[in-house]
Amino acid sequence: MYLDHAATTPISAPALAALTTELSRSGNPSSLHGSGRRARRTVEDAREAIAAAAGAHPSEVIFTSGGTEADNLAIKGLYWARRAADPRRTRIICSAIEHPAVQDTVEWLQKHEGASVIWLPVDAEGVVALGALQAELDAGAAEIALITVMWANSEVGSVQPVHEITALAAAHEIPVHTDAVQAFGSLPVSFKDSGLATMAISGHKIGGPVGVGALLVGRAVQLTPVQHGGGQERDIRSGTLDTAGIAAFAAAADDVVTHLSGESARIAALRDTLVAGVERVVPGAVLRGPRGNRLPGNAHFTFPGCEGDSLLFLLDLAGIESSTGSACTAGVPRPSHVLLAMGLTEAEARGAQRFSLGHTSDAQDVDALVAALPEAYRRARQAGMAGHVSSIQTAGTQVGAS
Amino acid sequence: MKVLAAMSGGVDSAVAAARAVEAGHDVVGVHLALSRMPGTLRTGSRGCCTIEDSRDAWRACDILGIPYYVWDFSERFKEDVVDDFIAEYAAGRTPNPCMRCNERIKFAALLEKALALGFDAVCTGHYAKVIEDKDGNRELHRAADWAKDQSYVLGVLTHEQLKHSMFPLAETPSKAEVRAEAERRGLSVANKPDSHDICFIPDGDTRGWLEERIDMTEGDIVDVNGERIGSHPGANAFTVGQRKGLKLGTPADDGKPRFVLEIRPKENKVVVGPERMLAVDQLRGIKVSWAGLPIGAVERGGEFDCMAQVRAHGDPVDARAWIEHDDGRQILMVRLVESMRGVAPGQTVVVYQGTRVLGQATLDSARSLQRPDLAAAALSPDGR
Repeated sequence: MYLDHAATTPISAPALAALTTELSRSGNPSSLHGSGRRARRTVEDAREAIAAAAGAHPSEVIFTSGGTEADNLAIKGLYWARRAADPRRTRIICSAIEHPAVQDTVEWLQKHEGASVIWLPVDAEGVVALGALQAELDAGAAEIALITVMWANSEVGSVQPVHEITALAAAHEIPVHTDAVQAFGSLPVSFKDSGLATMAISGHKIGGPVGVGALLVGRAVQLTPVQHGGGQERDIRSGTLDTAGIAAFAAAADDVVTHLSGESARIAALRDTLVAGVERVVPGAVLRGPRGNRLPGNAHFTFPGCEGDSLLFLLDLAGIESSTGSACTAGVPRPSHVLLAMGLTEAEARGAQRFSLGHTSDAQDVDALVAALPEAYRRARQAGMAGHVSSIQTAGTQVGAS
Repeated sequence: MKVLAAMSGGVDSAVAAARAVEAGHDVVGVHLALSRMPGTLRTGSRGCCTIEDSRDAWRACDILGIPYYVWDFSERFKEDVVDDFIAEYAAGRTPNPCMRCNERIKFAALLEKALALGFDAVCTGHYAKVIEDKDGNRELHRAADWAKDQSYVLGVLTHEQLKHSMFPLAETPSKAEVRAEAERRGLSVANKPDSHDICFIPDGDTRGWLEERIDMTEGDIVDVNGERIGSHPGANAFTVGQRKGLKLGTPADDGKPRFVLEIRPKENKVVVGPERMLAVDQLRGIKVSWAGLPIGAVERGGEFDCMAQVRAHGDPVDARAWIEHDDGRQILMVRLVESMRGVAPGQTVVVYQGTRVLGQATLDSARSLQRPDLAAAALSPDGR
C-alpha cells in the first residue's frame, strides 16, 4: 500500500506513453535539420501544454531538471539580478517552513553572497503570518531582494496565502518566488493570476517522470543565470533539452489538470476518511496543519510517545509505505523544521508521520492503514523511550554504582 | 528468529548479517547514527559514523536483499559514551569508550528498541562466541581466532544482554576468511580498511581533542617522592604508562626514560617514575558485572583461579580473584601471579576461565609493590 505520493507518485499512462515514444526517437531540439526540427516541435508543444496547465504564457516556461533546480535558479537568479540593479538589496524574506531546496539555497546565499535572511513565522497550523511580512515591508522595503513562500507545504499540507503575499509585495515592486511543487496538479494554480515573479513545478509529483521540471518566469522578470552553456531556454538555463522527459511532463500536466476538480475531490474525500480512521483507532494522534485549507492528498499526524522512524519501520513491515515527512540527514530523520516552526516541541515533532494520497489511491489503501496502525502504534510507543532512557541494567547503571 | 543486524558499514558486520540471513533468520539491517555532524567521507582507517559508512551499510543490505534503516542514537551516544569519556579523563581515569558503547548503546539502547519493535536478537560482527550450557544458560567465550578475539570489549554484557546477542563470526578462523567470504558474496566492503581509533575523534588526536573539552591548567610533574621535576600543560590529558610528551628537560638519575605512573587531578599533578614502577600486582575493580550467570565460587564467596586481561589486545595474566563487598556493592579483587605494566584507573579488567568470560569490573585502583611511596596504600586517583 503506497501512501507516499508526496515523495513521488507513479507515472500516469499518458506520461508513460509520451516518454517511451519520445525515447525511441532522436534529435537535439537545437539542431537545424529534420530530426532537430521534430524534437523542437515536441518541446514547444510541451511548453504550450505546460503553460496552459499552469496558467502561464509559453515563453514563461523554462525547463529544468526538476523542482530543486528551479528553486535554485529562481532564488539565486532573482537575488543576483536585484542586487546588481541596486546593491542595497541583500535581504531575503523566506518562510520558516520551506522545502530544503529553498531553505538551503537561501542559507547558501546568506553564507556566501552576503544575503541577510528574514524567516517569516507561521501560525500553529503552518500558515505564514501576513502581519509579519507587512511589518518587514514597512521596516525597509528598499533593501529586500526577494520574497519566497511556498504555495503549499509538503509536510503538513497547509496552503499559503500566495495572492495576499504578492499583493503586499507588489506595492513595493518586490519579486515573489513560490515553490509550487506540491500544489501544482493538486490545487488550481494560475501563474498569471498569482502576481508571482517565478514559480517552481516538478514532473514526478504529478505523474510525470523524475528528472524534469520547470521554472515559470514572468516576462518582465530579470534573472541571472546559474548554469552557463549553449544559451538554451532564453539564455536563462543552458543545457540540451530533455525532449522525452519534457514531453512526458507535459502529458502528465495536461492529464492531471484536465481531471483536477474531480480527482482532487475524490482524493480529498479519501483523505478525510483516512483522517477520521486514524483519529478513531489512535485517539491520541494529532492532525497537523489546517483541517480545511490543505492539500487534498495530505494527512499528517504526530503520534505522542513515538519515534516517527519506528512507526515508519513497523508500517513498512506491515506493507504500508509512509514517510516521516521531513528530510533526512544520512538517513536519520531530524525533528522537522516545519513542525518546530509551528510551535511543536522536539519530542512532539519526533512522532511525525505523513500519509499522502494520489491518483492510484483507493479505499483499500486507507482501510489497510487503519487496520495496521493500532498495533504499529502500540509497538512504536513501547520502543519510543528506548532511544532516550534504557531500562536494561548494566554494570554502569546498577543502583548504587558509583 | 527476527534478527536486527547492526551494520557499521564495515566488512565484519556485513558478513555477520549475511550469515544470519543464510541461517534462515528474518533479518533487518540497522545503521546506528552516533554522530550529530557526520563527516562525508572516511579517510583511511579513522572513524566510523561517516555518511559513506552509512551508504556502505545500505549497499550491503541491498545485496543481501534485506531492509535497511538508520536509527539515530546520537543523543544517547553523546550522553553515555562521549560525555562519560570526557568525565572519566577529567577525573584522572582512562576509560574504554568501545566497551561503554557496547554496554550502553549497542546492547542496551539498540537492543531495547529492537525488542520493543518485535525483534528477538541483535546480531553484530564482533569476534566472540556465545554458547549455552546444558541448562540453556548463555556463556560468553573467546572467538576461534584469538588474534581477532573481541570478547574483551563484550565482557561487560550481562546475562540479560547475552540472551539476545548473536555473533555469527564466532567460529571464523581469520579475518582474511571474512574478507574472502565478503568478496564471494559480492559485498563491496570486502576490502575496506579496519577501523581502529576512537570513532568520535576522527583525526586520532585524543589529547588534542580532550584539551578542547577539559579545563587544562598548568601544573607540576613530580617524582614518586613528590619532588617537582617539571611542568605539564594540564594533567587530564595524560594516561598512565605514557612516555611521550612529558617534555622533561633533565634525564632521570639512572638515565632511563620516565613514564607516567599516576595522575592526581585534585592536585593537578602528574607523577612519573621508572618503568619498573608501572608494574602492578593487585587490582581492585568496581562496577562489577557477570557475563551470564556468576560462577559457583562467586556465589559461595570463595577465591577462584582466573586469567585477568586489562586491555583489548593485552595478554591475559594468571590470577586469583575474589569478591569483597563495600556498602552492598560487589568489589572484584584480583591478585596477579605475574605483575602487569601500566594499568590505569578507569580501565576494565575482564576475568576469564579458559576461553570463558566470567565478568568484568572497572579498575578503581591498582597496587604496585615497586612503589616505595605507596607502601600498603592503594593507589587511586582521588581517594588517597
